[in-house]
This record gives sequence, structure tokens and C-alpha cells, in this order.
Amino acid sequence: MKKNVLKGLVGLAAIGLLVGCGNKDNGSNEGIQKVGILQYMEHKSLDKAREGFIAELKDAGYEEGKNIDIDSLNSQGDQANLKSMSEKLVKEKSDVILTIATPAAISVATETTGIPIIFTAVTDAVSAGLVESNEKPGKNITGTSDMVPIDKQTNLLLSIVPDAKTIGIIYNSSEENSVIQAKLAKEAIEKKGVKVKESTVTSTNDVQQVMTALAGEVDGVYIPTDNTLANTMSTVGEIAKNKKLPIVTGAAEDVKVGALATYGIDYEKLGRQTGKLAVKILKGDATPADLAVETSTDLELVVNKDMAKALGIDPSTIK
Amino acid sequence: MDIIISSVSQGFLWSIMAIGVYLTYRILDVADLTAEASFPLGAAISASQIVSGTSPLIATIMGLGGGVLAGLVSGLLHTKLKIPALLAGILTMTGLYSVNLRIMGQANVSLLGKKTVMRIFNDLGMTNQIATLVVGVIASLIVILFLFLFFRTAIGLAIHATGNNIAMSEANGINTDNMKIIGYMISNGLIALSGALMAQSNGYADISMGIGTIVIGLASVIISEVLFKDVSFVKRLFLIILGSIIYRFIISLVLYLGVAPTDLKLFSAIVLTICLSSPLIKNKFNKKKHL
Repeated sequence: MKKNVLKGLVGLAAIGLLVGCGNKDNGSNEGIQKVGILQYMEHKSLDKAREGFIAELKDAGYEEGKNIDIDSLNSQGDQANLKSMSEKLVKEKSDVILTIATPAAISVATETTGIPIIFTAVTDAVSAGLVESNEKPGKNITGTSDMVPIDKQTNLLLSIVPDAKTIGIIYNSSEENSVIQAKLAKEAIEKKGVKVKESTVTSTNDVQQVMTALAGEVDGVYIPTDNTLANTMSTVGEIAKNKKLPIVTGAAEDVKVGALATYGIDYEKLGRQTGKLAVKILKGDATPADLAVETSTDLELVVNKDMAKALGIDPSTIK
Repeated sequence: MDIIISSVSQGFLWSIMAIGVYLTYRILDVADLTAEASFPLGAAISASQIVSGTSPLIATIMGLGGGVLAGLVSGLLHTKLKIPALLAGILTMTGLYSVNLRIMGQANVSLLGKKTVMRIFNDLGMTNQIATLVVGVIASLIVILFLFLFFRTAIGLAIHATGNNIAMSEANGINTDNMKIIGYMISNGLIALSGALMAQSNGYADISMGIGTIVIGLASVIISEVLFKDVSFVKRLFLIILGSIIYRFIISLVLYLGVAPTDLKLFSAIVLTICLSSPLIKNKFNKKKHL
């Protein structure tokens, strides 16, 4: 019986070899460039960024199956898979690799110093060690940051609740991007003489309780671009509705689901902006070392009218 | 070929974790969930030390030391406070989450461009993958040699006895509580060592990198047991390396088969279920033959 198990494993190995070889054959097709995409986890904003990126490539004449071959991977937030996937994209000799969110960017950057890497949805590329400076990345990697205009956003919140004494900030303490943004938001709000109450969650399971507790103590809530909160925004919105509490979020996507308003980054447009960088590299017009890290050029005021009505606020007064 | 090299290089690093899990799960006969936190603990300590300029080797050993302490906590909770093993592990795991965040100061510490153990070999002209393989082979051999020697000492034998038959061991004057605590400490030390090396191979330590590690560890152990049933202790340790390589191979295979990203975890689970249930299927077949 032992032999049968072994036979099975040898069979698996053989399939693996075939699959491995099959991939290589695709790569040798002339005139077809390879684009690898590694997304850290399933998430609305990140998905939008990927879709925008692919759409931009298409508009620039790079179409999947025609002149480029896109290998799109998603590690589902699993670190071990992230590593395997990074290795796969590097081994496939991609012409450019798009990495979505910070862990994906670091993971691929660790595997290769030769293949051009473009990142998006990274808040602070310098502190993540991805680039030497935003102006002059210097290595094989550049991209777009999703750092939000926190000052504008917190001002928006304070203009909606001008008499606020305390503003709540809720985020997942284990998401680095959120921690950075929460700190900046806290500074911005306190500068205006308003108190800040911070609440943190560690998983989606905590959100209902923590948000309910926070809602009772504050006059408005600011939520950074946080994956955990984004995924539970409808829950958060319900609580806010009951307590008549306006919420301003970091991400525009979140407003549609449960927050009131924001000056937000449109992740699809950010993805398109990222796609433009990739096109320059695919055309051979530039290398990542000379392409400065960009922040979103398109900011838009997004207001959830239904939520405004539920809170008794005239949507047209929000600006 | 690529996925074989990839699976082998990562398998060696994961095997250290799997050996740690094996010590508590099979030798001590307790299910210890501390692993899910001692793994990122090792990563957190070594990464933050490396960032602040400590030599990578010392940083790695400090990571291991952190795991030993985590094991001590779980061991004390289980033996002295009489908390069931499963709960003791969960308690330590929960508490360590905050500790890990404190140690890193943030959710993700990047090691890009920092001097890691892998970097030493990168500088010799090896790719990150080969460097990972070399480090993994060296580290796992050292671990196996240490365990081989340790489990021949009086304490090692007493730990073995405790796991085999706790009543008999007590009757023979073995302090089974202490033996369990030592077992916990070694186990979690190894798991943290694996985490420390993994962080250096991945290029970052992340607060969520512990999620699912116990499954990876157990799966590797059980795959090795499915392949070869009754073998000596040292052979088992080597087979666990094989087990974790096969586990990584299965995952890579699912990846390379081009499964839609959303279905990845389901496929991994299905393939693993088939592997893990094979002893049962085997037995059913054998029984039918006898009828």
C-alpha cells in the first residue's frame, strides 16, 4: 500500500512538471509580453485597482491573449502562498509585475532585483523599504501610493459636525496602513481643538461591539482605508444610522456601503494611473528607477445621499 | 522543475515549524495552539532586531528565545494552573498577538535591503530561493542533530516517557509537569525559529503570518506519517521534512494548475483532505481484501 501512495505522489510530481513546462512554452511566444499580477487579498478597493490597471493596459493597446499574457494571482492574505506566488511570477520571467498592497510588493521585491515591479495601494513606500525616495525610487520598483488626503477628509468631517466635542477613529491595529493614517488623522483633528477617541479592532468579529461602544461616546467617526473596516462597512453604517452619527472614511468605496462622505481616491482611477506606469515600462520608454512614485491625481467628493437623509443632513450642504 | 525547487526550499524552513508541532502533538500528546503566535513572535523579534542593526544570526537566536518563553507560558498555564492544553494554547496565542504588535511597533516590518541570514548567501551570488534552501537545510540539520542528542539524555527520555504513559512515568518518579513544560519550550522555540527564518526569506514580518501555521505543521506531520508508519525518532524527523516539502508541493501544484484565485483555499483543502484521509481509505481496502 505504501507503494501506491508513493506512486500517487510521483504522479502528482509528473503533473507538476508538465504544468511547469506548459507555462514555459507559453512564454516563448514571440511578441507577447508577460504581465504578472500579485494581489495580497480579496478586497473591493484592491480589486478595483487591478481592474483599472488591466483596463488601462487595454486602452494602450495591450490586450490579454493578443500581445500580452496576464497571470493574475491572489494570495488570499496567506503569507506562505504570497511567497510561492512571488516565486512563480519571477520564474515566469514576467516583463513587469504589478503588486497590489504592501505585503505583495515587499514579497516580490525580495525575490527579484531585475524584473520591473509596479506597486499600487501602498501607503508609504519609503518606510516599507520599497523605494529609496518617492521622487527617485532608484531600484527596479516604483508605483502609486494610496495615501489619502487626510487633512481634507478630517476637515470635511468637522465641517459636517461643527459643534463636535469628540471624534472617534476606528481601525484595525494590525493593519500598518491604518495605523499610519489614524495617527495622522488624530493629529489633524486635535490641531482643531477637538478631542479624539481611538478604538481598535483585530478582526471583523470585533467590529460590531467596538463600533457600538464607540458610537455612544462620539459626535462623528473617521475611518482610515482599513481592510477590516471596509469589509464590515455595512454593519458600521447600520450602527451609525441608529445613532445618527456621520462617518467620513478614507476610501470612496466605503461611502457607498455605509459611510456618509469623503474626499476619496477612486481605486479604479488609481489602477489606471498605475497602468500608465506599466505601459511606459512595457514600451521600453522608462525604467522603474526613473519613474517617481505617484499619488492619486483624482480626488472626488463622494456623498452617500441615502445615509445623509437618514441622518437628517441635507446632502448639498456637505462640501 | 521550478515548483519542485520552490517547494523544497520552503519545505525545509516549514519543516522546523512542523518538527516543533510534532514534539507537542505526538511526543507529549497535547495539541498546542501557541504555534499560531510563537511563529510570528519569532518573526517579530528577529525582524525588529535586524532593523535596529543586530546581526541576523543573533536576531534569529533571539527569535528562538522568544518562542521558548512563549512555550514556558503555555506550559505553566497547562500544568500549574491545570488549564486544558487547547485552551492554554489559545490563551497564550491571544495574548501574544498584542505582544507581537508591541515588538514590531507596527503591523508589518519590512526587511528589504536589510542584512538578513539569507542576504549573507545572496551576497555569495545565490538567488533568494537558493539562499532559502541553503539556510533551511543547515538549520533543519542542526535542529535534528540537537533533538537527536537531547532525546538521548535523561530529561529527553523522561519527556518521551511522559508522553507515552503519564501514570507510569509519575509512578517512576518523573516530574511530568516539568517534562511537559520543557517539551512546550523546545517545541515553541523551534516554531519561533522557523518564523524568524521565514520572515527573513519572505522579506518582512507580518502580524498575520501565524494564521493557519498549525494546520501547515500538522499536515506536514501527518503526511509524513501517512507515507511511513512506524519509524524511529530520527527517521521521523527527516520524514517530517519530506512531509512539509510535499505539503508545499501540493499547494504550489494547486497554484500552478491555474485554479481561480477565489477557489485556491478550497482546492488546497480538498487535495489535503485526500492526502490525509488516505490511511482510512487504505484500511477500508485492506479490510475488504480480508473478507
